[in-house]
Amino acid sequence: MGNTYLLFIPILPLIGFLINGLIGHKLNRKVVGTIGGATVLGSFILSLMTLFRILGDGNAVSYVAFHWITIADLDITFGFRIDQLSAVMINVITGVGFLIHVYSNGYMHEDKSVARFFAYLNLFVFSMLILVMADNIVLMFLGWEGVGLCSYLLIGFWYQDMFTKKLSNADAGKKAFIVNRVGDFGFLLAIFLIFMTFGTLNFEQLSHADMNIAGGLITAITLLLFLGATGKSAQIPLYIWLPDAMAGPTPVSALIHAATMVTAGIYMIGRLSFMFVHSETTMLTIAVIGTLTAVFSATMGLTQNDIKKVLAYSTVSQLGYMFMAMGVGAFSAGIFHLMTHAFFKALLFLGAGSVILACHHEQDMRKMGALKDKIPTTFWMFAIGSLALMGIPPFAGFFSKDDILARVFVEHKALWALGLVGAGMTAFYTARMVAMTFFGTSKMTKKQELHVHEPGISVRFVLIALGVLSAIGGLIGIPAALHGGAHFSHFLDPVFEAAQAHQGGHHHLSHLTEWILMVISIAVVATGGWLGFDIYSKEKSIRKNFVKHPIGGKLHHISYNKYYIDEIYDFVIVKSIMGGSKALWKFFDVTIIDGFVNFVADIVAFISGIMRKIQTGHTNSYAFSIFIGALGILIYIASRL
Amino acid sequence: MGLLSLIVFLPLLGAILLLFFPKDAHKAIRIFAIIIFSAIFLLSLPLYFQFDSSQSGLQFEEQINWIGSIGASYHIGVDGISVLLVLLTAFLGPIVCLSTWKNITIRIRGFYISLLLLQTGMLGAFVSFDLLLFYIFWEVMLIPMFFLIGIWGSENRIYATVKFFLYTMVGSLLMFLAGLYLYNVAGTFELSILYETIRANSIPESVQLWLFAAFALSFAIKVPLFPFHTWLPDAHVQAPTAGSVILAGVLLKMGTYGFIRFAIPLFPDATLVFAPYLSTLAAVGIIYGALMALAQTDMKKLIAYSSVSHLGYVVLGLFAFNSAGQLSLQGVEGGIYQMLSHGLSTGSLFLLVGVIYERRHTKTIAEFGGLAKVMPIYAVIFMITMLSSIGLPGLNGFIGEFLILMGAFSANYVFGIMGALGVILGAVYMLILYQRTFFGEITNKKNLPLNDLTAREIVVFAPLIIMMVIMGIFPNLFLEKMHATLQALPNIEMFTR
Repeated sequence: MGNTYLLFIPILPLIGFLINGLIGHKLNRKVVGTIGGATVLGSFILSLMTLFRILGDGNAVSYVAFHWITIADLDITFGFRIDQLSAVMINVITGVGFLIHVYSNGYMHEDKSVARFFAYLNLFVFSMLILVMADNIVLMFLGWEGVGLCSYLLIGFWYQDMFTKKLSNADAGKKAFIVNRVGDFGFLLAIFLIFMTFGTLNFEQLSHADMNIAGGLITAITLLLFLGATGKSAQIPLYIWLPDAMAGPTPVSALIHAATMVTAGIYMIGRLSFMFVHSETTMLTIAVIGTLTAVFSATMGLTQNDIKKVLAYSTVSQLGYMFMAMGVGAFSAGIFHLMTHAFFKALLFLGAGSVILACHHEQDMRKMGALKDKIPTTFWMFAIGSLALMGIPPFAGFFSKDDILARVFVEHKALWALGLVGAGMTAFYTARMVAMTFFGTSKMTKKQELHVHEPGISVRFVLIALGVLSAIGGLIGIPAALHGGAHFSHFLDPVFEAAQAHQGGHHHLSHLTEWILMVISIAVVATGGWLGFDIYSKEKSIRKNFVKHPIGGKLHHISYNKYYIDEIYDFVIVKSIMGGSKALWKFFDVTIIDGFVNFVADIVAFISGIMRKIQTGHTNSYAFSIFIGALGILIYIASRL
Repeated sequence: MGLLSLIVFLPLLGAILLLFFPKDAHKAIRIFAIIIFSAIFLLSLPLYFQFDSSQSGLQFEEQINWIGSIGASYHIGVDGISVLLVLLTAFLGPIVCLSTWKNITIRIRGFYISLLLLQTGMLGAFVSFDLLLFYIFWEVMLIPMFFLIGIWGSENRIYATVKFFLYTMVGSLLMFLAGLYLYNVAGTFELSILYETIRANSIPESVQLWLFAAFALSFAIKVPLFPFHTWLPDAHVQAPTAGSVILAGVLLKMGTYGFIRFAIPLFPDATLVFAPYLSTLAAVGIIYGALMALAQTDMKKLIAYSSVSHLGYVVLGLFAFNSAGQLSLQGVEGGIYQMLSHGLSTGSLFLLVGVIYERRHTKTIAEFGGLAKVMPIYAVIFMITMLSSIGLPGLNGFIGEFLILMGAFSANYVFGIMGALGVILGAVYMLILYQRTFFGEITNKKNLPLNDLTAREIVVFAPLIIMMVIMGIFPNLFLEKMHATLQALPNIEMFTR
């Protein structure tokens, strides 16, 4: 045994959930927050221990709690297996998760339902841990659905309020749940196909299974899995829920809709990398969808005025880069970006939260400006996060994004070029966001100006901690071209060994090529960033002229309205199903089936009206009939004996 | 008298004793009824704990020569298929009884007598191992349910109860005729002998087809399988809460139980002929029921249609035959699990609707909104029940759905895909119902003074919620009871993968 402690990694937050959920409303809010945070801290400590153990001997740690579903050859355990990949994940989840719990203590201190908030947050951490610790795909699915539920509950946390004029918070939550269910449809079918094909659902056993099966089948399995990933990780065509998920409290956006849950799709592909590499079709699809999503959502981020919306589209876009990496088989690069993104995007969201609070719940960047000197800590940390997101060296995002682009360059030049364009746009919208928020002139009301303040000490601590991680977190993955040791990717090597063996050796770029690629991407990023900053920190006339220009105005309009994709989905899918079901009900159930039933009943009523005349009401005649009938039956039975 | 007989006839005894209570002794009647129901449940517990999972045959068996001249015997017992259904019935009894504490105000004595008679009918049907005995219990159930809807129902109750009665009678008659034919051939109603007889090929296949069709139609109406379902929404909407809970919780399972106990093992060859058609109806019903639920404005009607969809899953699982004519063990166990699971979640849903119906005397969804603010505990319990109903992993609903879809998919992937589509739609209508009821501002002033659940109501829901979690996390506690019996199904070969 000795590994029983693994059970406590998810159980601790579950205990937090139960306490806060059942009796939290009776407890002091400080106690509630402490329970919420302490349980996650406990899991973090255990996760760190596990990580060091794996760093030490390189062996995966596993523990089976009990057998969950057992029927004949189907045996699904409630068991965990922590290898290098899941060790990274549990530490990101509990580490960033703990910081966000601390932040939430400050951020939610005025909210009446703080116990409910922490209960949901703990339940989320529990589910997310199950997702990444599971030793089989069905238990992973349990976590997968659990995080979806928490996302739904937390997006609609303020369930009475409206998110936009047309969309309530509850609508946004429901949308997230249902869109994810579409992805789950693929996930479920993939599970069945995997079991039918390989006879097991256990990751370890699957990794030893013979994957050289009919090409169509493996493509079907992996594409269905990828459908699931596009739901959870907000990729084309299922990304539409994530921007609206910003209806939830900001710490939720940071934890669930940026740092952890939305990366579940990436994790899933990493977990089953040995299977994905056997379908070139799927790999190409992933790379293409990832690239398209990265660029497409970046174009929407260019024009948004809500600071959280910018970050939301940015998240969709960054997830696209991660899928791009997975699609070209650069698994550790994808996971590396997953981790650095968790640091800097959590930082940006939490920083945005501080800005929003400082401006008295204002999220529109057009009503901000010149906050740089008023909230310096927030500004500096936000700036670090932004530089990391843009990919400026030596901040964390640079190394991970560059790693991805270099690997994509080897496989698909066209995708690399698109990715580069996306990187330029990323730099543009990020700089634009920083400029509109912190630079230029203040557009706040006098009342708001007076109110502006730095957040409390706990919030600042969290911002600084994430700031440090975003600044230096990339250093563990410095590539060899820069005389680094690429420690992160070596650490993950055992996980992706099988996949890489199948793919064969990669064409390694010469250090010179890597250098050139780096210079190109830095040049593109710097240009994009400079443009964004320059145009938006000053009242440049180009802004107005662009919008007034017939083509420019249209482009701006389309981007701002997100290409009307939501409206198209609403019209084509939602309206037709809702309207169709009503029409079908009236036509088939009410008119045809019940029409027939009632018609038969009428005929019976008519005939019985005639037959009624036989009912004389005389007891004697009834008795006589019964006697005759019974006699008939008896005679019949007797004749058979 | 054995334990099983005691369990089956204790409610009947209770009903008879109730006749001696004064009509107006409401409190005494209620207390007496709840004692009887609780006693039945306690007595049923040994069925779980002393059940030997390694045995495939009948346990707690009792056999008495009954009407020897016609070869009908009083033969009862439980096996892996029925033991959990008996437990479900016994478990729901006290819960339903307690839920009626306040909302039944007329003819109280008659009401509890009906409830108790119904209990005897249902328990009896599940333990009968003789076709005639089963038929008698089957008919016994019909009468109290007819009265429950007809007397204690809402405005349109007469139409609904007559529709319920006629639909079921049509089915029953066909089953009765088919049963007489079997008797004619085998000279007995004893189930195990009937299994043998048919296995000995003494019934021509063309006749088997007709017999199967008669049984199947009878059960399909009871399930109800699309397109025989239109009695259900009306019955539910008009029935009192307790009636709906029992109807959804146990009575509907009589149909699916009938399939797996009688139709499938009695006529294995005919089953194979009909399986694709029944699976098609089930798969269509899953999607059709969900679409119908989307179109509803009345809570009970919505849940009724959701039952059509969920029971479609059960039938899909029970008929998950592959092209070699073997039945999927996962599919059929999933089907039975889904019967139990649906009993809990849909039973709970109807109880939940009953809670606000009692307070507001309406169940039109549009009348509500924002209830989470004034009834937080109620909102939480509704949420958990909803999640159980839409098959969230970790709760009961997932296990059955997952196993059924797995079985269906490995038998014929088209049915698996259709069933999985229903999973998406299932979330849609339930989430819409929840949002319209609980989220947003309170727009209707009548909802402002609503009280949250009382202690008694919490006691009603607590066991249901606890069981939803247990069945979701530890399904093996229940699945292991089924394995041996199902693997020994007469003449049915199981396939795995």
